[in-house]
Amino acid sequence: MWTAVLLACLGCYLLKLAGMSLPERVLSHPTVERVADLIPVALLSALVAVQVFAGGGDGPALTLDARALGLAFAVVALLLRAPFLVVVVGASVVAALSRLV
Amino acid sequence: MPDAALTPAERSSIVRDSLAVGVATGAYGIGFGAVSVASGLSVLQTCALSLLMFTGASQFALAGVVAAGGAPLSGAATALLLGTRNTLYGLRMAPVLQWRGWRRFAAAHVLIDESTAMSVNRPTTEGARVGFLTTGVSVFVLWNVATAIGAIAGEAVGDPRTYGLDAAVGAAFLALLWPRLQDRRNVVVGLLAAAVALSMVPITAPGVPVLAAGGVALLVGALARTPRPTRAPGPDDAAGGHR
Repeated sequence: MWTAVLLACLGCYLLKLAGMSLPERVLSHPTVERVADLIPVALLSALVAVQVFAGGGDGPALTLDARALGLAFAVVALLLRAPFLVVVVGASVVAALSRLV
Repeated sequence: MPDAALTPAERSSIVRDSLAVGVATGAYGIGFGAVSVASGLSVLQTCALSLLMFTGASQFALAGVVAAGGAPLSGAATALLLGTRNTLYGLRMAPVLQWRGWRRFAAAHVLIDESTAMSVNRPTTEGARVGFLTTGVSVFVLWNVATAIGAIAGEAVGDPRTYGLDAAVGAAFLALLWPRLQDRRNVVVGLLAAAVALSMVPITAPGVPVLAAGGVALLVGALARTPRPTRAPGPDDAAGGHR
């Protein structure tokens, strides 16, 4: 187990370092720039979806629970141009309250 | 990228938003600590993962594979697969942060989803560095403290879901994504990516769906002919817009 843990740790660090160490000209290609711009959009969207709808640690299924209510609050707050803290704290309060009910 | 100095107001605004992300994300380390120990890793191994690997999805993936009965090395392979995401972040961040030498080696360790998101859109190098470091270091400190608490106390500490922290993470990611959604191509990519990720959740290891969604960006980016549409939003956009 320790071997796997340490190998994975080293590998993950090297993957981070590799990205930061590649020469800048790699990024000058238009396609690479376009992809690099779209990657955060795709990954953030996927992270939102997975964080909210993947079955809260109990299995690989999709679930609809209090987190969706929290997300709904976040959407409304963002449409109303609420500050970041209101969006984040509000979403967790809504989710926590709905679990109490 | 201009090197204009930050005003104190701009700096404290970036620091405040970054710390908010750090607290929301870091606190979730309690969940990782508890899950990891429950998966059969020791407290020391759990803490080593948070200290040395420090990339949440990869850590959860390793613990998840082990918990599901997978071999430790296949857990490590899954974690590495997820870690390739950070290589792409690094490609994007290197010209933004412009660090050389030991600073680059140190910065690489706190290169994660959150530090990238809170930094990549800043209009100045200094703003990007402040956002990156404040987010990266605050997440690192809190994530490790929370991991240790979660691992030592196990489920006795209580479920982070009780406090709605799981919903807070999703909301934080959405707020970070929001300013980018003013462009129609980005909206399409976002919806496609979410659909791809959700469709893969039931059939793949935890974390793989997010990586697969990155493929949508690769595909659309490679196929699109028009110039990249993304404007560069200011720091206020990262805080969900106007305050």
